[in-house]
Amino acid sequence: MKRYTIFVITENFIGLLNRITIIFTRRGINIDALTASESRIPGVHRITIEVTVTEETVIQLVNQIEKIIDVIKAFHHEDSGVVYQELALYKLPVSRLDGGLEKIIREHHAKIIAAEQDFVVLELTGHKEKTRELLELLKDYGILEFARSGRVAVAKRMLTIDSFVN
Amino acid sequence: METKMRGADIVVRSLIAEQAELIFGYPGGAIMPVYDALYDYHDQIKHVLTRHEQGAIHAAQGYARISGKVGVCLATSGPGATNLITGLADAQIDSTPLVCITGQVAAHLLGTDAFQETDMMGISMPATKWNIQVRHVEDIAPAIAKGFFIARSGRPGAVLIDITKNAQVDFGEFNYQPCQEFRSYVTKRPISVPALQEAAALINSASRPYVLFGQGVILGKAEGELKDFLDKSGIPAASTLLGSGALSEDHPSYVGKLGMHGNYAPNLLTNQCDVLIAVGMRFDDRVTGDLSRYAKQAKIIHLELDPAEINKNVKATVAVLGDCKDSLTQLTAVISAKTYPDWMAKFRTLELQEKEAVVQHDLTPTKVGLTMGEVIHIINRYKADDAVLVTDVGQHQMIAWRYYNYKKTRTQVTSGGLGTMGFALPAALGAQLHDYSRQVICVVGDGGIQMTIQELGTIMQTKAPVKIVLLNNNYLGMVRQWQQMFFDKRYSFTELDNPDFIKLAEAYGIKAQKVGERGDLQEAIEDMLIHDGPYFLEVVVEKEDNVFPMIATGCSVEEVRLH
Repeated sequence: MKRYTIFVITENFIGLLNRITIIFTRRGINIDALTASESRIPGVHRITIEVTVTEETVIQLVNQIEKIIDVIKAFHHEDSGVVYQELALYKLPVSRLDGGLEKIIREHHAKIIAAEQDFVVLELTGHKEKTRELLELLKDYGILEFARSGRVAVAKRMLTIDSFVN
Repeated sequence: METKMRGADIVVRSLIAEQAELIFGYPGGAIMPVYDALYDYHDQIKHVLTRHEQGAIHAAQGYARISGKVGVCLATSGPGATNLITGLADAQIDSTPLVCITGQVAAHLLGTDAFQETDMMGISMPATKWNIQVRHVEDIAPAIAKGFFIARSGRPGAVLIDITKNAQVDFGEFNYQPCQEFRSYVTKRPISVPALQEAAALINSASRPYVLFGQGVILGKAEGELKDFLDKSGIPAASTLLGSGALSEDHPSYVGKLGMHGNYAPNLLTNQCDVLIAVGMRFDDRVTGDLSRYAKQAKIIHLELDPAEINKNVKATVAVLGDCKDSLTQLTAVISAKTYPDWMAKFRTLELQEKEAVVQHDLTPTKVGLTMGEVIHIINRYKADDAVLVTDVGQHQMIAWRYYNYKKTRTQVTSGGLGTMGFALPAALGAQLHDYSRQVICVVGDGGIQMTIQELGTIMQTKAPVKIVLLNNNYLGMVRQWQQMFFDKRYSFTELDNPDFIKLAEAYGIKAQKVGERGDLQEAIEDMLIHDGPYFLEVVVEKEDNVFPMIATGCSVEEVRLH
């Protein structure tokens, strides 16, 4: 089993995301993370799906996704074939702030993006390993909430969406 | 020329524009405006009122399979729509082109649990090739145009169009534009020249090549191309369940049927060929048995339209993606003319073994009780060459398929992939309504017929001259066979106390006869086939007979058993 990023270029129609996720559900495969957004072409959406499966399975998944009528193109890459990033937010109680925490924030290049009377929110962008590492450290500081985004990614391959759309 | 009309009229005018001639359906609240519109167009488009929506969709499937056209089905929201689901799944897995239109509650009520509201988009999604909900009158015609195009093009399938009531009653412009293409959907691919050359080289150097053909040949209208290919190549060829009819069984290359209850030689020799050429078939598990021991010795050539089928179950040495009508034509041009007498003789030798061990028992039994096989055997003698055989699911389906003599294409209608009991009676009705003059023989078991027996009413009303042959063993026979073989003869809930089927058929005004003696069988079948109108023939068969050969679940094709 390996981690793959599946890119899906689609029309922006209601229900399409459902049709795509059904393909995973039916085979009992868990989606690690999913993000959907507009592409730079109006009316064309891109969905990025992170999944841990065998190569054989990822090929089947991509074939089945591409078979969906309103999917324009689907393809997959291993981690080495994509540039990707994730964003994590950490909410901490102000009462626990101390010098040790300041050191952790500095060392991890995290940012404080909100400071209220009772809590602060840290932001860290980076791969899962990195954001998870910070999470572990912050557990000693009474972390209140943690949220991580799905992967946003672009392929290293020099192909553009235009070549699929037209 | 643009004119304003009601959405409901747009629905009907769009269907007429798509050359739909016949709709199978059932009215109800949310689809009533469309039914009202149908009243005005009865001279241009016919509608058949079935007795249940499941009957409507199976009838539309039967119609589509025989005509090659898109089957059309109409139902109301809620229960009307959910009753279509089995048929949608059946059509989708068997690649049958279908457009189903369902009414839906008014757009402002969506998501409120309104009366007869069901989330049809969500429910039908996994069972359709494409579905759409139309909430505005101006979107009706484009949705129907796209729906018909998707249903019939590429690998055909089931389409559902859910139309809210407000869209049906609002007024809009009608200016029908058929759909021919759109950017996310590839229907035709050019055949790859290198792949084709590689395939030809494999075929030309093979010493034991073997062709497996499926329904793709029929859907691609490539029956002639398959015959030409086999005529020149001299390669033995076997059929899948749904491929039957694509090649006449009288063709010298034809060696029989594949799969769990197919013929002995075609299954066994799959593991002895050196090049396997799969044409328009998808290596279903009922064909392959244990995949890890399936044709491992062979180089595999897969001629297939659907890219998702390539390497799905069996890894292809060479995949020729595209329409098999094109790929077969191009292959025939570049292969050498050959014969394989020794290889062919192997098929014929094993065929004889099957004859002695199985066929004799089935067709010329020495026991008192009638066999299903001898019924089909006599039907063969009297049927027309282009007679359509419609079967349900179970023992009778396998026996009828094994012994029916397929001579022409589009002569078989059965539920292959989904195995839907209750399919046959309505499907036969639909097949018959495509052409009243064609012989349509519906072979069905006592279990399956009772799942949709209400469609006798539709047969009565339409006077469709379907010949219904009920093979009655008072059992759910196939399940009973498995209980006998794999569950220690524990016949758990498989025996049936049946009604008087003859009285039942007669109550519907259908001429009926019951036969239980061998001596009466031939005359009864003759009487049935010459009868002008629907006919119900009940044949009481041996209670505990089994279907062989058989590849048991988890076994390899070479472990096919004769008893």
